[in-house]
Amino acid sequence: MEVEPFMNWLNFIYFLSAVFFILGIKGMTDPRTARQGNFIAAAGMVLAVVGTLLRKEIVSYEWIIIGFIIGGTIGLLIAIFMPMTRMPERIALSHSFGGLAASLVGISEYYRHGAEMGNVKIAAIGFEVLFGSITFTGSLMAFGKLAELIPSRPITYRFQNQSNILLFFTTLFIWIYLIFNPSASHLFYAMVLLCFLVGILIVLPIGGADMPVVICLLNSYAGLAASATGFVLENNILIIAGALDGGSGFILAILMSRAMNRSFGNVLFGAFGAISEELKQKQDEFYAGKIKSTTPEEVAYLLENARLVMIVPGYGLAVSQAQHVLGELAKYLKSKGVDVKFAIHPVAGRMPGHMNVLLAEAGIPYDDLLELEPSNNLFPEADVAIVVGANDVVNPLAREDKNSPIAGMPILDVDRAKTVVVIKRSLAPGFAGVPNPLFIKENTLMLFSDAKQGLQEVLNSLRGTVSRLH
Amino acid sequence: MENLPIGNIMVGLYIFTLSAFLGYHLITRVPPLLHTPLMSLTNAISSISVVGAILVAGMKHDKFTTALGFIAVIAASINLFGGYAITERMLRMFRGRGIR
Repeated sequence: MEVEPFMNWLNFIYFLSAVFFILGIKGMTDPRTARQGNFIAAAGMVLAVVGTLLRKEIVSYEWIIIGFIIGGTIGLLIAIFMPMTRMPERIALSHSFGGLAASLVGISEYYRHGAEMGNVKIAAIGFEVLFGSITFTGSLMAFGKLAELIPSRPITYRFQNQSNILLFFTTLFIWIYLIFNPSASHLFYAMVLLCFLVGILIVLPIGGADMPVVICLLNSYAGLAASATGFVLENNILIIAGALDGGSGFILAILMSRAMNRSFGNVLFGAFGAISEELKQKQDEFYAGKIKSTTPEEVAYLLENARLVMIVPGYGLAVSQAQHVLGELAKYLKSKGVDVKFAIHPVAGRMPGHMNVLLAEAGIPYDDLLELEPSNNLFPEADVAIVVGANDVVNPLAREDKNSPIAGMPILDVDRAKTVVVIKRSLAPGFAGVPNPLFIKENTLMLFSDAKQGLQEVLNSLRGTVSRLH
Repeated sequence: MENLPIGNIMVGLYIFTLSAFLGYHLITRVPPLLHTPLMSLTNAISSISVVGAILVAGMKHDKFTTALGFIAVIAASINLFGGYAITERMLRMFRGRGIR
């Protein structure tokens, strides 16, 4: 087959953009080179898009340009105005768009060539549509749960896992059947619809606290769908970019589930965090008469007289948008010579790295953000540990009770600090639905308040005390 | 369309596998600090499916495929433009100690 000269050029351009993508991701291995990495990756994308636009198969540009304008505007608006606390929602949405794009390309390829396709190609298209469609609706569901448009607690019903698995295998069976009978177009479209359904049903029973794992897995699926598109279109840049994305999501998913000491199977099918009335009662008994509550003034006094303060942020921080107040508090304490460090659990928040972004937004230098292990080494030296809107990740039951649902989960050992202050609206359990013995420990004080309000009152009190002294 | 020569698929599989390995080793070196920007960057990179969408939307096969392609271009370009922009917005906030 004769290859036209432009295609040689184009393949070279695609090759360059693949190199740029890889260098871009490499940039992300260090916060100092990360922005540069993002820029290089963006340059790679510009190359690939411009190269593609010059291809001779493209005879009409109107829909492409209109699509770019609409999509670009939406994308940029989201990028500029989405609050950092809502980052998980934005990531879930973008996975859903990625899945949709891959799925639509697959459908139109099948529509154009369907019956005459060889079985290798139809296998690739099936794979693309399968993963693309599941990612599309699954991510929309994840978005809905994160935005609380639908309840973020697991939604369960009888025979849920069995029917889901049956449905999934039916879809898989249709895919295999299509490989050998590519012309069965009704089945192809039925498979697309089934995939949409599978995406919805599979995310229903997954609770909000497990979203970090789910988001990572969907990220991985979106990548695999893009990669399959590459096999369908015989385009290597798509294969490479998709494999990088797929691999990245998969690794993050492993890291996240390891941080909860749970398996993928348990996350996907365990309906973790389904809460019962009986449990609530037990919990009331558990806490009865053992809670010591405190006031903002007392907390301010403790902080003033501390040398090292460690702060543990959780999802509650994001919910009440308290990161800026927290940043101010940290800055104030530092200005008074108190050392302040932040202990970040890998699954704090609703996606990997969620807390780091929020604290960065609040102007806290990243050298003060500690990972699990260094944090745990430092807790025994801390005079005060403040837990803001976190619960399960500081629950000592994970260490002590082998039968607890969170047994073996690596936690932040806040209880080893001299004094622990927990800022929390109520004694409501975390997602694991177990009571937290940390709250009744000798050295624990509870400040019952919304995170933002509580921190603000502590800060006001600190400032007040000082101005009284002067 | 004729069946693909098996050689092309094999080359594709080589490329896929090697990139996945490379990705694995690069990404395990990304610190948890940057996991959110990393995810938004890889997500932006995977909007490369816009290449497929452009081809479908621009080849004027018939109304149905153009419509599918058009929607695919919109979906992919939301990630394309938005993905890099939001990654930049996040990364600009990350500062080391003493760097202002």
